[in-house]
Amino acid sequence: MVARTQTEPIRTDPDLPPVAVLEQGPMPASRRVLFTVIALIGAVAWSVVALARGEQINAVWIVFAAVCTYVIAYRFYSRLVEAKIVRPRNDRATPAELHDNAKDFMPTDRRVLFGHHFAAIAGAGPLVGPVLAAQMGYLPGTIWIVVGCVLGGAVQDYLVLSISVRRRGRSLGQMARDELGRFGGVAALVAVFVIMIIIIAVLALVVVNALAESPWGVFSIAMTIPIALFMGVYLRFLRPGRVSEVTVIGVALLLLAIVSGGWVAETAWGQDWFTLSPVALAWWLAAYGFAASVLPVWLLLAPRDYLSTFMKVGVIILLAVGIVVARPEVQAPAVSSFALRGDGPVFAGTLFPFLFITIACGALSGFHSLIASGTTPKLLEKESQARPIGYGAMLTESFVAVMALITAVIIDQHLYFAMNAPAGATGGTPETAAEYVNGLGLSGPPITAGEIERAAEVVGEESVVSRTGGAPTLAFGMSQVLSSVFGGTGLAAFWYHFAIMFEALFILTTVDAGTRVARFMLSDSLGNIGGPLRRFRDPSWRVGAWICSIVVVVLWGAILLMGVTDPLGGINTLFPLFGIANQLLAAVALTVVTVVVVKKKLYRWVWIPAVPLVWDLAVTMTASFQKIFSSEPRIGYWAQHRAFQDAKAAGEETFGVATSPEAMDAVIRNTAIQGTLSIIFAVLVLIVAAVGVVVMVRSVRAGGLPTSEEPDEPSRIFAPRGMIPTAAEREVQALWDARERERTVTGAGT
Amino acid sequence: MNARRALHALTRTGRAVRWYTAALLGEHDYARYVAHVARVHPGTDPGSEAAYWRARHADQDAHPGARCC
Repeated sequence: MVARTQTEPIRTDPDLPPVAVLEQGPMPASRRVLFTVIALIGAVAWSVVALARGEQINAVWIVFAAVCTYVIAYRFYSRLVEAKIVRPRNDRATPAELHDNAKDFMPTDRRVLFGHHFAAIAGAGPLVGPVLAAQMGYLPGTIWIVVGCVLGGAVQDYLVLSISVRRRGRSLGQMARDELGRFGGVAALVAVFVIMIIIIAVLALVVVNALAESPWGVFSIAMTIPIALFMGVYLRFLRPGRVSEVTVIGVALLLLAIVSGGWVAETAWGQDWFTLSPVALAWWLAAYGFAASVLPVWLLLAPRDYLSTFMKVGVIILLAVGIVVARPEVQAPAVSSFALRGDGPVFAGTLFPFLFITIACGALSGFHSLIASGTTPKLLEKESQARPIGYGAMLTESFVAVMALITAVIIDQHLYFAMNAPAGATGGTPETAAEYVNGLGLSGPPITAGEIERAAEVVGEESVVSRTGGAPTLAFGMSQVLSSVFGGTGLAAFWYHFAIMFEALFILTTVDAGTRVARFMLSDSLGNIGGPLRRFRDPSWRVGAWICSIVVVVLWGAILLMGVTDPLGGINTLFPLFGIANQLLAAVALTVVTVVVVKKKLYRWVWIPAVPLVWDLAVTMTASFQKIFSSEPRIGYWAQHRAFQDAKAAGEETFGVATSPEAMDAVIRNTAIQGTLSIIFAVLVLIVAAVGVVVMVRSVRAGGLPTSEEPDEPSRIFAPRGMIPTAAEREVQALWDARERERTVTGAGT
Repeated sequence: MNARRALHALTRTGRAVRWYTAALLGEHDYARYVAHVARVHPGTDPGSEAAYWRARHADQDAHPGARCC
């Protein structure tokens, strides 16, 4: 049987070649065979991953299971979402084409835009969450990262991008106001702001934990600042526009900074200068965040972004190659006892809901909706390209998260818990840590203090005990994978600090960009209040910029300091708040999307955004409820708060891990702040969701409501539908190329 | 013949990688801007590349974009 593909060129102007090609027809037999084979490999891989008990599996099976699922989901599920909800029309001009100014609005090649979008959504989050979640075993994390992405995260990113494209690239906050009304919009805006603050604070905490007491790491990261300044000056004054040239120089300097960090850490002055306590680092970071948010973009932010983009792509390829070549064995159990009992030392709580909270980025990350609205839609060439970019880039991020999970589950499990349990539990020394982890009942032979010391020595660190936050563990696992492929143990220390460096680089990029965005949100909101505050709306008013920057930095800096000094271990108490915040943002985004789908009367397909929305609300609300109301002090912020208050009232001077009255006061204060934040987040999102339901009911009663979609404008440019152009699209492209050549010959501007 | 074909494939890949990195880092943006000015406002001076990047960065200063976690 010959496949009958019908092609129909679409024209918007008789004088122009077609602007799009409609192609319909059955899938060719060869493709059917291909996808069947991929599906079968995926099924086999999933059975190995899910059914192996009591024997070690190879990490490559996890990679296969994930990649095959992505391919099938992309080919079939994302197409269903496209056909039933998005319904892209490539004869309709996108905001990039319509408002093209060759700056923030400009039709950008789909492959390049994919890179931009991916670099903007993927940072340290997908690297950190899975590492922490590894305490529950490899299986729950793998399933959630892959399935959560395919049905939740990627759908959210794709749909937010698609609705923003039809609204001139408006931001999530603006779309919430347009679709949900003023009240819902304000709640969404406040939610975005507070969520941003907590996200910056927790990411900063990850950096602090990775760099504290590590002169090598501190030196390398500190050097990124002069390197970025040099690049900025080079691009501004010496050779404007030569970005790849300066990036190559920058990356070379960066590698030099990593290597020389090892030398500096050997010297007495290096140890003196660059061994910083967590508290000192937190202050430095706050100062940095402030400086970066008021300095001009060209000097620090833009060059650092180039470095970070370059490193991101490079490191991810390196890690993928490393895992496939090294094929490490998984050391963690499929499901650990902590998952069911909920008493894990890395973070407290049972599998549901806390696994789904801990892994946000990589599975379902609300923060992406801020990039999928606002930035990327202004660069999209054709509506249909939202699928490879929105859905496709999220699949890639999910893959990064899977690799991060692998690095955590292939290291010795005793070592994993020695690194990730808070200092209050491990006691901070190799001896006490060995004793502690050997008492956890893990599988495999017990660990000795000497082995823990040697592990630190191999990666060139003073100690690996209680290096919480995920980044050191990821770096450790990565160094294990990469040094087995490239360079042997001799390079293990280099790879470790290489990994620390790029994680810190990603996080600093998020911290300074986030501080800036939050600063603008604050000044906009203050300006909108009116009266004398109206002046805040003027972005060139430096005093206003400084005031707002200070407020933003003080807000996240205070949470950071609180986490750094928390006797209970900052990551342990704050990371759940980070995950909850991020996924509550996803709830806001999915509410907006679902409302739009209901308003357009696509009732049959409303489950596509509604299923992830309901799941997300169930997870975040259960987690918030437990964090607020649980009587178990390890889980509930207020239960912990009361336990310490009672102890203090009873006149005790030490309680639990708090060894002094000051530490007890710190716990009482911190739990109150964390508990209050949990309440604020949950209430704001409940308001948004409730308003969403009201709007949906109103819309159903009215038989559909108008949305804020912009009217149609015919497109006058051509670009392929997806990533790879079809034969018919190549022909059309040839027509456009010929026309362009003709125009250049007859003279431009005619 | 095979060696030549391999070499050809290699240079093509190299060129593609070069094009992609340059495009990703925004190296083609100024040329695009010049073409844009010529098309939309013919006869106007598009200005120097340094001036273009100054304007781009000033724009980013005023409208920051978020980076995710």
